[in-house]
Formats: sequence, C-alpha cells, structure tokens
Amino acid sequence: MIKETVITVLASASILTGLVFFFGAALGLARFPDFYTRMHAAGKGDTLASLLIILGFAIYQLNHITFSLAGLQTDWFTILVIIKLLSICAFIGITSPTGTHALMDAGWEDGIKPHLKSDDANDLAKDIARK
Amino acid sequence: MSLFDQLAIWTGFFLFLLMIPALWRVIKGPTTIDRIVAINIIGTKTAVLLVIIGHKYQKEAMFVDFALAYAMLNFLGSLAASRFMHKCQTKEDSSGEITTKS
Repeated sequence: MIKETVITVLASASILTGLVFFFGAALGLARFPDFYTRMHAAGKGDTLASLLIILGFAIYQLNHITFSLAGLQTDWFTILVIIKLLSICAFIGITSPTGTHALMDAGWEDGIKPHLKSDDANDLAKDIARK
Repeated sequence: MSLFDQLAIWTGFFLFLLMIPALWRVIKGPTTIDRIVAINIIGTKTAVLLVIIGHKYQKEAMFVDFALAYAMLNFLGSLAASRFMHKCQTKEDSSGEITTKS
C-alpha cells in the first residue's frame, strides 16, 4: 500500500512539473519577439517537459511489479514497456536538441536578423554580410 | 477510476490546449522556419499524448510503439525541412510570395 502511494506521488509530481514546462514553452513560442528567442523557449522547454511526462508514466508502471526479498517476481512484459518508455525518453533527449540546432542553423544561413536594442551592436553582422 | 487516471486525462486535455499557441504561431509566424518549429512542437506533444492515450486504454505496450515511431518521424521531418531551407535559401517577402536568393 505504501509502495503504491509513493510511486503514484512521484509519478504525479513528475507529470505536473512537465506540464509547467510545457506551459512555459507554449508561452515563449507565442510571446517572444524574435525567431532565435522563440527557438530557445521551444527547444529547451519542450525537451524537458516531454522527458518528465514520459518518465512519470514509466514510474507509474512500477506498480505492476512486485518487489520482494526473494528477488524480482514479475512479468517481463511490464519491464519491456518500461524499457520502451525510457528509450522514448532517450530518443527525445537526443533528437530534440539536434533538430532545434539544425533549424536554427538553417534560419541563420537564411539571413534572419536577430532582434536587438537600438544601442546594441550586432557582433556577427559581418558574418551575415559575408553570406 | 483512480486519481492517477483522472490526472492523466486532464494532462492530455491541457496538452491539447497548449497546442493552440503553437498553431497560432504556425498561422502568424513571420518566417517559414518559425512555422516548421511550431509544427515540430506539436509533433512532440502528440507523441506524449499517445503515451497518455495508451495509459487510458490500458494498452501501454501497443501505444508506446506508436509514440516511438511518431517521435522518429517528427525528427526526420524537421531535419529534412531544415536541410531543404539550408540548401534552397528561400525567403518569404511581405506579400507572401516565395522568392529564391541568388
């Protein structure tokens, strides 16, 4: 009984934290003034939030496994599901920053100008002009 | 229905609501790559949503495979789009026409 409570609380906390980060990502995507800042909000918030939510469901799957002193008595089916969920976590953790970086690079090569304050110099202006 | 099931359903509902700002960015986005990023975000949310649906119908083993395949397709799509934009250097001007830089 206490095991179920602990697992459910951990999983719920992970999922709720993920929701907060998803909210931040959506807000940043809608409100930021610039292509690069929007990319920043979208890339970071989205990666962490998906990781946390899927991790929460992986933790909840532990409910189906019976731990005992004699060892792990379980169906291997549940363990396979947990491994698959963790592999989704690993996959998103690797590919989401890669995709964000590739899109950001494409935007820079495309000549999208960053949003600057009027008295700020763009140190990379020469790099844009070279293109 | 346990408390955790209700939490899962409401999580799915809020994920669906959070797709609306991304969709708004797709409609409004000044540059083409803004739109691609927003589509990428919606795809990631869909992969998470598939896991939640699998929990709801007690068929995690099946829906987890769907989510993995969806995440892979999403990544491939964004990468292909970024390579395309890199090579072609297309640009949308104010009238919405797509012109190619020399």
